Amino acid sequence: MNLNATLIGELIAFTVFVWFCMKYVWPPLNNAIEERQNKIADGLAATERAEKDLELTQAKMAEQLKEAKAQSAEIIEQAKKRATQIVDEETQKGHDEREKIISQGHAEVVAERNRAKEELRQQVSVLAIAGAEKILERQIDAAAHSDILDKLVAEL
Amino acid sequence: MAAEEVTLDGHIQHHLTNAKMCSTDAGLAFNKACADSGFWTWHVDTLAWSIGLGLIFLWIFRSAAKKTTIGVPGKFQCFIEMIIEFVGNNVKDTYHGKSSLIAPLALTIFVWVFLMNLMDLIPVDFIPAFAGFVGETVVGVDSHDVFMKIVPTTDINLTAALAIGVFILMIGYSIKIKGVSGFIKELTLHPFSADSKVAMVFLIPFNLLLETIALVSKPFSLALRLFGNLYAGELIFILIGAVGLMQLPLHFVWAIFHILVIVLQAFVFMMLTIVYLSMASSDNH
Repeated sequence: MNLNATLIGELIAFTVFVWFCMKYVWPPLNNAIEERQNKIADGLAATERAEKDLELTQAKMAEQLKEAKAQSAEIIEQAKKRATQIVDEETQKGHDEREKIISQGHAEVVAERNRAKEELRQQVSVLAIAGAEKILERQIDAAAHSDILDKLVAEL
Repeated sequence: MAAEEVTLDGHIQHHLTNAKMCSTDAGLAFNKACADSGFWTWHVDTLAWSIGLGLIFLWIFRSAAKKTTIGVPGKFQCFIEMIIEFVGNNVKDTYHGKSSLIAPLALTIFVWVFLMNLMDLIPVDFIPAFAGFVGETVVGVDSHDVFMKIVPTTDINLTAALAIGVFILMIGYSIKIKGVSGFIKELTLHPFSADSKVAMVFLIPFNLLLETIALVSKPFSLALRLFGNLYAGELIFILIGAVGLMQLPLHFVWAIFHILVIVLQAFVFMMLTIVYLSMASSDNH
């Protein structure tokens, strides 16, 4: 074999290279890899958590939506009921008003008729007296027969 | 081409020789002048290419580390992080203790060895020929005297240095986790054990022999496996490069196959390092 001082030189070189690698090469690269691995692991965990959160939120949202739908349906139902009620009330009111107006008119008509009747009676009695006066001419004393005339008027 | 066989032999020899540097009485000397300088010879090509590639590795990864972001990473960062995660997973699966050294060590070994092996895919003559040309024109030496071996992992010195580094860490971790006595016990009381104390003492030499062989064989296997695979691959590239036009399809096929070897050997060295250190830091034998 051909061993010589090169061996010593190479041994020194080897030692220096390993020392340099141990000091300045391996740690930064290895740390970077490990830190990135941790970061990726954290990221994956965060994604999983976010997914779970999303699922929860979606479930909550669906529930709220259902609730809101139910509420709106209830409100619509109430509004419908109220509308019917208002229509009914108004109808009733109108009806009452009509009845009132009609009955008023009726009363007025009756009163008018009574007044006309009274007037007619008076006029008839006057006419009757006038007629009787014309028929009987002088024999009839209006005052003497006024009781009969009143009776007549009352009968009319 | 009268002496073709000699030329081919010389060609291969030339390819398999490192550029040497040593200090002599007259000052720094190179290559052939260092033929008998013994241990204190430096393979300057191995040193330059390996350290250069190591610096490229550190520069690439350091620039990624500087620009690193926890947010969305860019493509370059993704690529670097892929490698980091690949090495990190292997370490996590195999090494169960707590250590901030194992993972960067494994990363350094994997990428550095891979880059050095990758030099094997550069056609074998390109850079040596260029170096010869530069040597001839700039320095003025014969281009046959300029040597350039660009795959540092085909130099046993480099693979042995890596293995020795790992071996030192193995012993260090053993002593750190199990204590000196625990380490000695591990070396002496296994694999043979007996109930009586006398028999135990008698068995200690055998255990020590077996365990020492087992321990020492680990860095040897690490160093020789990488060296052997890459050296053989390099040799075949050199041989293919010497067969004329036929080298084109042959080189293509061998290079494709070699891509596997390059990555696999880098991975095996890294994995075995982790496994050995894991064994060194676990108590149960």
